[in-house]
Amino acid sequence: MTIPVAALLKKKEKFERDPQRLPEDFREEVFRLEEEGEWIVDRVPEPFVEAPTKYGRSKKVPIANLWHHKSCGQCGHIPGYSTSIFWVMRKLGMDYNDPRDQTSCTAWNYYASATSNSAAQAAVAMRNFAAAKETGYFPLIHCGTSYGHYKEVREELILHPELRREVRDVLAKLGKPMVMPEEIVHYSEWFWAMRNEIAAKQVVNVDGIVATVHPACHYYKLVEGDAIYDPDVYGGQRTAIVTGLAEALGAEVRSYSTWFDCCGFGFRHILVQRDFTRSFATMRKIEVMKEEANPDVVLTHDTGCVTTLDKSQFAAQAHGRNVGVPVMSEAQFAALAMGAHPYRVCQLHWHSADYRPLLEKMGIDWEAAWAEFQEDLKRLERGEIEFLSWEDCDA
Amino acid sequence: MPVTGSALLKAPGVAGFDEVSYEVKERLFEQVKADLRFEDYLYGCYECGICVAVCPSARFYDFSPRRIAQAVAREDVELVYQQMEEDIWECSQCFSCVRCPRANNPGGIILIMREAAINNGMASAKEALEGYTRIIYKIMSTGTQVSPDMLQPDAFPDWGPEVKDVSDNLELWRRATPPETMHTTSMSWDVADRTLVELYLIWFETGALDMIKQVDEGLHMILEELMEERLEEMGIQR
Ligand code: SF4
Ligand code: SF4
Repeated sequence: MTIPVAALLKKKEKFERDPQRLPEDFREEVFRLEEEGEWIVDRVPEPFVEAPTKYGRSKKVPIANLWHHKSCGQCGHIPGYSTSIFWVMRKLGMDYNDPRDQTSCTAWNYYASATSNSAAQAAVAMRNFAAAKETGYFPLIHCGTSYGHYKEVREELILHPELRREVRDVLAKLGKPMVMPEEIVHYSEWFWAMRNEIAAKQVVNVDGIVATVHPACHYYKLVEGDAIYDPDVYGGQRTAIVTGLAEALGAEVRSYSTWFDCCGFGFRHILVQRDFTRSFATMRKIEVMKEEANPDVVLTHDTGCVTTLDKSQFAAQAHGRNVGVPVMSEAQFAALAMGAHPYRVCQLHWHSADYRPLLEKMGIDWEAAWAEFQEDLKRLERGEIEFLSWEDCDA
Repeated sequence: MPVTGSALLKAPGVAGFDEVSYEVKERLFEQVKADLRFEDYLYGCYECGICVAVCPSARFYDFSPRRIAQAVAREDVELVYQQMEEDIWECSQCFSCVRCPRANNPGGIILIMREAAINNGMASAKEALEGYTRIIYKIMSTGTQVSPDMLQPDAFPDWGPEVKDVSDNLELWRRATPPETMHTTSMSWDVADRTLVELYLIWFETGALDMIKQVDEGLHMILEELMEERLEEMGIQR
């Protein structure tokens, strides 16, 4: 039986926020704890964009002077993800800080192996926040899991004085103060906030491109009230992230019935139990998207989702399943639309599912781009350059 | 014949875990309940099954977040123990189940149960983390969870031929990424030494390192040695 998606969406198309459901604003607690000397609040710097969240609270999304809290999975296995975020920021003229004084949030390990505890997790988060504050830049979290987990940590620290005490003692040993950001901001929120500025710099037309969006579980399910919901996108019934940007660029975003399902990443599973991951990613996500929406590209906004949805297709293809659609972050898609080089910037050669038909449909000559990139590699091999630079990207 | 509750559940012994005394099981359950997150994760259970409907792991395993929330809410010490030995590692930690109408967080309860399983060196924890401890080594020794050099075709044969391309060209391709922090191969980005040592101190001070010892004593020893050296180099006292 197929699910009558269109009929269901129609039923829900009228959007009204219920003021009764507006939960208490956590920021009141965050500032109260600052007054009590429990921590320093790192305030969202100007300029910022006010974004509507699930129950109506307005969230400040800072625009410039950002401290990029990188993602281990992005930098490690999908380098074009991080590179595209930086590249788009540079194109929009934003100053930023790409720190070495930053660790993984360690939440991947926390969810995968549980060889951690709430104090360790909170201390890692607070160490990174303190490191950001030292630089004067405001943290922007690249990974959906880091973002969701840091919000969990924030709730735990607000609720439990004994946890605050323990974490404060640990940080004191590192010579760091307790710092809590006024808002915990995901990079995709920045892309959503800047979608019109990004579209204004668009040089590649994506009008004919059909996308499906996989919203990342840890973005909108963990501490859900913090996620951006826009009444103009899906009638406010799903997070507006990714879809809002793709539509601003002119792509057609099509719905599919299993949008709420996770990607199958599983944290431990993607590393040591991939039969589950592969089955879920292909049978519950990719195949359903193909059948119901036939997309040119799957767009998502988290590390694990890009990896899972992209890498899981190869084995399924060998079994003759209905898969075969490129997967990338909306940051990479936006960068391509702004004219970024598919290899120097978007680093698509690290992806598995075939992205070339998409590039062709977008009018991007991937063969010429690949040849340019091969030349770059030769220059690197000959020792003419040590690394590829930002200037090389736009050469 | 009336069907008893336990007949609907997995029979003990099937997975071959140790039968322990009721007191031991009770102590384990008390540890779960004593966790500071517990009261924020469980408010009782309607047994409505909404969490099961959205649960990815329930589709592929004999697994149910409802069964977990229900057992914990009913304080069924025997069943909770059985679930700690059999079920908890199947959860994907996606947190789809937090749409629970009772405001429970079944995935969170499972996380607390996993931590208790680790702290008590339970067989399920050791089995689930077999093959995973190299990842723990990675995060402890580099400050980042995964690294480009993990992309080896023999580790990811199901990810397609691109993995071999990456591993064949790794060093060169990393240098062909423009951000200065990303020219690394054994860590995701270039983490400063001092930062790494700070991470180690956090794990040491909060008892996370002791948890690793429960799962893999050898790994724990290697990490201790590695970090002792670094601490000494930096003149940091533990
Ligand atoms: S945990 Fe929540 S969703 Fe699951 S059965 Fe209980 S009340 Fe229902
Ligand atoms: S967190 Fe675990 S129990 Fe909850 S829906 Fe996801 S897989 Fe199921």
